[in-house]
Amino acid sequence: MRKHTKESWPDLLFNLLVEAGVTLFTYVPDAGNKRLIELADAHNEARPVLLAAEDEGIAICAGADLVGERGVVCMQSSGVGNCPNFLSFVKGAGFPILMVVTMRGDYGEGNPWQYPMGQAVEPILRAMGVLTYRVETADDLVPAAEAAIAASGKGRQSAALILSQRFLGAKAF
Amino acid sequence: MARPAPVLDRRLVLPALFPSPDEILFVSGLAGPARDAAELCDDGDNLFTMAGTMGAAVPMGLGIALGAPDRRVVVITGDGELLMKIGSLATVATMAPGNLAIVCLDNGCHGETGGQTGHTAHRTDLAKMAEGAGLPSVMVLEAEDQMAAAKAFLEEAPGPRFLHVRVTDGPPHPYKRNFDLAYCRTKFRDAYLGSR
Repeated sequence: MRKHTKESWPDLLFNLLVEAGVTLFTYVPDAGNKRLIELADAHNEARPVLLAAEDEGIAICAGADLVGERGVVCMQSSGVGNCPNFLSFVKGAGFPILMVVTMRGDYGEGNPWQYPMGQAVEPILRAMGVLTYRVETADDLVPAAEAAIAASGKGRQSAALILSQRFLGAKAF
Repeated sequence: MARPAPVLDRRLVLPALFPSPDEILFVSGLAGPARDAAELCDDGDNLFTMAGTMGAAVPMGLGIALGAPDRRVVVITGDGELLMKIGSLATVATMAPGNLAIVCLDNGCHGETGGQTGHTAHRTDLAKMAEGAGLPSVMVLEAEDQMAAAKAFLEEAPGPRFLHVRVTDGPPHPYKRNFDLAYCRTKFRDAYLGSR
């Protein structure tokens, strides 16, 4: 297994995504995806796509799939609440959407505004047919990322890699 | 603020703007725009129509345009659909794909659900919102004698382009398109990938 430190995980995840053919990195900015998007911006074949709202990323990646390209939707957990309606065409048509969700409102959260949506992330995604792959520790990252990438690749499912606050570290206020 | 009442029949618009639709990749929002787009393309394999998910047509068109930069990509949307995700125009402006055009058939009402009045029948101006989002080329089409200019605009103006079409609240084409999403995805995708 490839090794990484707490700080270098975005580089490892980025490389796994690029190797899997992901070219469009759609995102709403979050502290948790900052480095990942910087890597996409610096890469020759990857393109970051700044979104006004998270569900746009679902539709952009579906559009890219219609012409044989692969994207990922990167968002904070609160953004999952913006996605269910668009996930209905993902489920209905079988678009293989890949999401990377950086969590708030779970392990060690100090902001009460974050808890309701944070705790609802996985129930909402599962209700809409998105498989969830949770990363709690550094050892989880590569197998969970590889599983989510495989499910949303040859597996033809939609899948979300959930990076927990236990893994990322809770935001200090 | 008062604008003249719309006079254009929506059913005339798309055939005049796109006399050769087979060359173009289309995505449409739900309801009237989907019916008109399906009539234009005979629900062909270069068209993906929605029957729900209001607001998804513009970002889906953006994804197609970014993934197929050598093809003309056109989104057919309506005023209600577009307003639901108006922020997506900012995303389009920032990415600035030159091969993308958005045609908004604005009838000022929600035709699919009983014709209830929409915001654009009041004070909302979608062309100004598109300009404000940063679309480099914006045009308003509201009369038949502007149709040739609008066609040229869609072909020649720097992309991405936004054509705001003010139409009456009359009916769209009564086309019955295929609602099987999985089939429609496969059909579009296979046709595009097979053409390369």
